[in-house]
Amino acid sequence: MRHFIIVGLLVILVTLGTYFGLDAVGLLPVDASAQASPIDFLWDLQLIVLSFLFALIVVPLVYSLIVFRRKPGDTEDAVHVEGNTKLEVTWTVIPLITVVAFAYLGAWSLRETRRADPQAMVVRVIAQQFAWSFEYPEYGGFITDQLYLPIGRQVLLQMTSRDVIHSFWVPEFRVKQDVLPGRETQLRITPTRMGRYKVRCAELCGAAHYSMENAVIVVDQVAFEKWAQEQRMAFETAQTPEQKGERLVRANGCLGCHTLTGQVLVGPSWKGLFGSERKFADGTTTIADEAYIIESILNPAAKIVAGFQTANPMPAYVFDEEQLSYIIAYLKTLK
Amino acid sequence: MKQLYSIPLVRGLVWLVIGLAAGIAFVVGIRFALELPVMGRYLFTEHAWVFGGVVGTLAFLAKHGVMDGWFKVWKGEEEAEHHEDPEGWIKYLGPSLDHKVIGIQYTVTAIILFLVGGLFALIFRTELAFEGQQFLTPDQYNTMMSLHGMVMIVSILLGISGLINYLVPLLIGAPDMAFPRLNAFSYWISVPAAIWLLLSMPLGGVETGWTGYPPLSALPTKVGQQMFFLGVFVAGWSSILGALNLIVTVVRMRARGMTAFRMPIFVWSAIATSLIALTATQLIGLSFQMVMFQRLFGMGFFDPAKGGNPILFQHLFWFYSHPAVYVFILPGLGVVSELLPVFVRKPLFGYRWVAMSSLGIALVGFIVWAHHMFTSGMNEYLRVPFMYSTLLVAVPTGVKFFSWVATIWQGKIPSPMPTAFLFVVGSILVFLMGGLSGPPNAIVTTDLHLHDTYWIVGHFHNTFFGGFVFPFFAALYYWFPKATGRRLDERLGRWHFWLMASSFFVLSLGMMRVGLLGMRRRIFDYDPELGFQTTHIVMTVAAFLIALSVVIFFVNLVRSLRYGEAVIGNLWNSRSPEWQVPSPMPAHNYSAPLVVVGEPYDYGLPGSRYVDFAPAKVGD
Repeated sequence: MRHFIIVGLLVILVTLGTYFGLDAVGLLPVDASAQASPIDFLWDLQLIVLSFLFALIVVPLVYSLIVFRRKPGDTEDAVHVEGNTKLEVTWTVIPLITVVAFAYLGAWSLRETRRADPQAMVVRVIAQQFAWSFEYPEYGGFITDQLYLPIGRQVLLQMTSRDVIHSFWVPEFRVKQDVLPGRETQLRITPTRMGRYKVRCAELCGAAHYSMENAVIVVDQVAFEKWAQEQRMAFETAQTPEQKGERLVRANGCLGCHTLTGQVLVGPSWKGLFGSERKFADGTTTIADEAYIIESILNPAAKIVAGFQTANPMPAYVFDEEQLSYIIAYLKTLK
Repeated sequence: MKQLYSIPLVRGLVWLVIGLAAGIAFVVGIRFALELPVMGRYLFTEHAWVFGGVVGTLAFLAKHGVMDGWFKVWKGEEEAEHHEDPEGWIKYLGPSLDHKVIGIQYTVTAIILFLVGGLFALIFRTELAFEGQQFLTPDQYNTMMSLHGMVMIVSILLGISGLINYLVPLLIGAPDMAFPRLNAFSYWISVPAAIWLLLSMPLGGVETGWTGYPPLSALPTKVGQQMFFLGVFVAGWSSILGALNLIVTVVRMRARGMTAFRMPIFVWSAIATSLIALTATQLIGLSFQMVMFQRLFGMGFFDPAKGGNPILFQHLFWFYSHPAVYVFILPGLGVVSELLPVFVRKPLFGYRWVAMSSLGIALVGFIVWAHHMFTSGMNEYLRVPFMYSTLLVAVPTGVKFFSWVATIWQGKIPSPMPTAFLFVVGSILVFLMGGLSGPPNAIVTTDLHLHDTYWIVGHFHNTFFGGFVFPFFAALYYWFPKATGRRLDERLGRWHFWLMASSFFVLSLGMMRVGLLGMRRRIFDYDPELGFQTTHIVMTVAAFLIALSVVIFFVNLVRSLRYGEAVIGNLWNSRSPEWQVPSPMPAHNYSAPLVVVGEPYDYGLPGSRYVDFAPAKVGD
């Protein structure tokens, strides 16, 4: 009986110590969406139960290892106890009730995260190896490579992929949804905290999966309207060829593989590309002129830059001559 | 040279290469005749490599000798019931029919693959230690990471086959497995499987992780991806046939008096695991085969552009691959339940409940697969029933934990604790971490955050270390004297245990920590803004310490084989039949039939016995 009282007290102490210890360390990133609240609530509830279960197994186990040591010279077997049906039923039924309760709460929180606001703003999300682009149909359909969101307004993400499976995840928003080729998946997010976050692809999508991260920026309603109108104006009114080229580049995810900084991802960087000498895998060289760049976009396999033979091959893109000229104009600005 | 060729393994490998070359030549010839391109990015086209692999596998099996018995029967020749094995270590390179030899073949192969997989892990773990690129390219990283996963899985499958093959006939008092030739075949087919799996590396590598999801795995860029599928497909045969053999053995060949509830508990877990392997492995074979055909013949099963459905693959894949994780852990949990009563000198608490919990886990395991797909875009509402079914797994798993604790409670803990017992206790604690980190993944909404993060990586490493690696070492320390007549050194064993257990806790808790904070799975590099570098350095150091503990184990293994303390008798004072006869185990096991006369774990009941040896009948 003495053993049971000591172990009972220790279980309570270890449960509290584990739970508050983990709580003090801080386990999750900040919560920045309305959808995060039911998830974090449920996580916290689980942490209490899991801390208790941890203590319930570890305390009697370690206690036994220390207290029930064989005395020197003792060669007898231990007490012959085969089992206890009441006890077995207890530790079958109580966990059963607990998991059913948690499953119920899980379904409840799922409903909370899916609660639809009919006023939600639609943003189309296009994923491809290895970048995200975002289209705002309610603002004339401009496309960017940054996800701007107004605080407090639900956004309905309508997502699709150009190639393989990707997954949309902003850790601060908690919720996650795979993005599939050939069909649309949806995610609802209501940002509640202003700041800069990142959408990080959570489904392995190829060599540069690790760097498939785009900025997510939550601003207030006024700043969002201002930004969106600027983007819309820039998208709709006349611009220089360089600006049009940059827009095409950002809308097509080119920067997922080709950086502007000289850093090498799965494709060669574009910094100082135009007019430079290119060395190819077959040993030949050429100057990166307009003809070369057009060929590299329309038929990327024709000439492979040395050192990029094993990397993911670039898919062939389709642009008309006017668009190609804009892209080249933009490339010329990248010194 | 001729002597070398007479070794069956060498002969098989020679013919494997010949078969590979012949298969490639055949496809090249046909393509040449049809005026199709003959050469591909990796020397030959994908078709040639795959066909070569199939022919190489068949050539290996045909010439190695493992099928000779069947060939003889087909030709109507005499084939002896038993073969005597050659003396010495050479028997391990040939098609022995002895379940103990096959068990050791499985175990040694598993350990070799365990080393290869562990080496991959060290390489990419070092890459991850610091922000930015160190010495791998993203492609090489993905290959290392993918093959670490699949090589370890094959290693575990072979490891449990090793334990089951060696132990189950001994535990049930059978002279051998029910189908000794099938048994040898199941082992030897895993050798070409491992070769194809590793051959994927020079052929461009694998970039999909072990799960091989299309459309990524169907991109026609790397032949390695295809060899990876081929290797797993061939390895699947080993699992299916081995499981069939085990089930028949247990059903038909138990000793007299061994009713279902008098079987050793390990046999129950072996049955549960084999039921899964026999009926679910086909699905991973099928799903990988479908991707292979999509790549080879343009059949668009999973290609949306051709009306295919990528999510279908995930259903087929997880229908095996979730139950498969119970294949990995159930034998290990069986080892824990088997050894605990011996060490604490108390009956296993609630024997029937523990036995039934294994079957419960196996059966519930079949209806939970879609919990891997909560974010996949499958039918939204299906997520709720799969959440309920998944959480149910916690109930039989809990029964095991409570029963283990109740077994230890008021037992007599040996002092000092032998290494095998330390590993048993380590298994319980590590598996507890795996078990407790499970329910948050089963609940849909918390899984939306946790899915595909390092939290998951930490979770399943805990379940596999607690459910397989620790029990596997416990079994090695415990049954090594039975197999060799010598025991492993205890001092080195304790170093092995404490180093491995403590480093593993650091590693896996680190994984869970960064995962919760936003570290995704399977990434080659991480965003410096997240501030994970310190944790990653600590995790990398811990990984190297685990490797060091394995080195200590090998030193122990090699030294003890030769110089270990000789042990002939019942070292652990166990009631189990294999310890009632001298070690090492004789070639045909028990000289007289066993009769079960009592309960397996009645420690502390004076005068009780589990087995008797039937007196040899006159004229028998």
